Amino acid sequence: MTKIYGLIAEFDQPKPLIEAARRAKDAGYRRMEAYTPFPIEDLTEALGRKESRLPFIVFLGGVAGAITGFGMQEISMTRLYPYLIGGKPLSSWPAWIPITFELTVLFAAFTAVIGMIALNGLPQPYHPVFNAAGFERASLDKFFLVIEARDPKFDMVETRRFLETLNPGNISDVSHSPDESASEDDFSEATTIGVGKWEI
Amino acid sequence: MQRTEPLNTPIEAQLAEPVIAPGQDYRSVTQKISEIVLMKNTPRGWIVGFGIAFALMNVLLVSIGYLFVEGVGIWGLNNPVGWGFAIVNFVWWIGIGHAGTLISAILLLFRQEWRTSINRFAEAMTLFAVASAGMFPLLHMGRPWFFFWLMPLPNTMGLWPQFRSPLVWDVFAITTYGLVSLLFWYVGLVPDLATMRDKASNLVVKRVYGMLALGWRGAAKHWHRYQKTYLLLAALSTPLVISVHTIVSLDFTAGIIPGWHSTMFPPYFVDGAIYSGFAMVLTLMIPLRRFYGLTNVITRRHLNNMAKIMLVTGSIVFYSYLMEMFFAWYSGNEFESFMISNRFGGPYAPFYWALLFCNAVVPQALWSSKIRANELLLWIIAIIVNVGMWLERFIIVVTSLSRDFLPSSWDLYIPTGWDYATYIGTIGLFLTLIFLFIRVLPAISMFEVRELVAEKEGHLPHQH
Repeated sequence: MTKIYGLIAEFDQPKPLIEAARRAKDAGYRRMEAYTPFPIEDLTEALGRKESRLPFIVFLGGVAGAITGFGMQEISMTRLYPYLIGGKPLSSWPAWIPITFELTVLFAAFTAVIGMIALNGLPQPYHPVFNAAGFERASLDKFFLVIEARDPKFDMVETRRFLETLNPGNISDVSHSPDESASEDDFSEATTIGVGKWEI
Repeated sequence: MQRTEPLNTPIEAQLAEPVIAPGQDYRSVTQKISEIVLMKNTPRGWIVGFGIAFALMNVLLVSIGYLFVEGVGIWGLNNPVGWGFAIVNFVWWIGIGHAGTLISAILLLFRQEWRTSINRFAEAMTLFAVASAGMFPLLHMGRPWFFFWLMPLPNTMGLWPQFRSPLVWDVFAITTYGLVSLLFWYVGLVPDLATMRDKASNLVVKRVYGMLALGWRGAAKHWHRYQKTYLLLAALSTPLVISVHTIVSLDFTAGIIPGWHSTMFPPYFVDGAIYSGFAMVLTLMIPLRRFYGLTNVITRRHLNNMAKIMLVTGSIVFYSYLMEMFFAWYSGNEFESFMISNRFGGPYAPFYWALLFCNAVVPQALWSSKIRANELLLWIIAIIVNVGMWLERFIIVVTSLSRDFLPSSWDLYIPTGWDYATYIGTIGLFLTLIFLFIRVLPAISMFEVRELVAEKEGHLPHQH
């Protein structure tokens, strides 16, 4: 039996894709994702998502960097290896600022990049959507909307009918395994596949 | 944004060329940029250029090899002039790097869309310039194999670096700058690496790009976080780049040598860095866009804007020179005023006059839009500015050190062949890396150019 990841609709431009995402959301679909060759701001909102954790995580990274930088200098210069030069105070904090600043930036930048990669679940060499026909153009000039099979409202016939109303260039199945080519005919048996084990 | 006011002359019309030529689509721009990398036959011009650069890089390897055997005595350093070429080149290279960060971070925050087709290349330039720069302080240490002593690492002697010293700040600044620039560059590359993966026909090439692309698939939620990260990195890099050259300038100002001990140095150095960096971007970009036929994506508008930034920063540099002279007179300090008269009439006077000519006089030509529209002249001016900025660092480092307070301890610094060989060698290293970069990675950000096409052709619902 064919395992279906979802249905994919292909568009030529961002505008119809955003419109499609909006209408899919209004139709009650939640488990869906858009794939585009460049970032499109309105898509996030059209898909009904909000992600705001990253800036806070980066802020924490920066704070960690500042504490590390300042603490390292303060402890080493006052306790571990005090230099007594010309009676100057051991805890000469203004001199610690440049390194504190550099480490704040360094930690925050690494947190931003590692955080983004981790939250995105990357590196992920394999993903079912790569099985979709013509998906290599998602990094070139095509715009895709995928409605996943695990969406409670997903139905092979109904969802396909719904996607057709959005006037996409093409609609096809996204198979779960790379060797089973997703042809237009096998959706009838795929309808029996529930959300099952792919639910996270 | 398109200009709306009428254009008076054909020159102005040329310079106001849109940042991307009309009539392009996603596929055509991607094709144009990616084929430079994916073409089967390496162009002959590339092979010749790379060959020359690689030969020069070998000069560097020989120079470093001999340096490790003999020590810094092979350079022209002596007792008053302990810094010499190593620090001159270090500051020069770091300064060149700054334009890359300025283009990719600061212009992004200011939403300057013309940065899009030049940022990738400028960031790569930053990385390679930092690599060339970072080498010099290490080579300059008498015992470069102990370079890790610069870092606060646990050691059996229980020693710590002196954190009150700008030289130690410099270690942190340059390391942070190098690493953050690398992150910025790589993050910018990820979606383009995915495009390369999808376009490559050779399986091995496909796999390599695929691995580097981390499985990027362009999902909307990924893009959303991606853009946030990119903005955050830009916001972090902006103060970082200013701090880096500020700290480099503090290496000088913390010393009491006349010509160094000045509160003007941080802004003067940061500005000079941007000036030399833009000169280097132009030096590399003008031949590149011609050779690979990229005139549709790197238009005259880009060259014009960069020339204008050079004019502005060059004028600030000129102002700084005038202020140095003014302070020398106004302070009433005889060592300061001697420093200026020594620059004008001392043993290194020809260098100082050449510096004023290259950095202050020649760039004034950029006021003319005719000259800004002339690629060849612009390219020559950019090279002259590169030379001038190198001379500036030479003047700052060498004239001040060679004649400070006590005439009995004066001495001249005469660079040896090894000084020149090491310097030319780093130019070889830099160019070698640039040539390799152009051949194996997309030199222009493809996804950002696609975004620009969508914006220009009205494919996005609304524009900000």
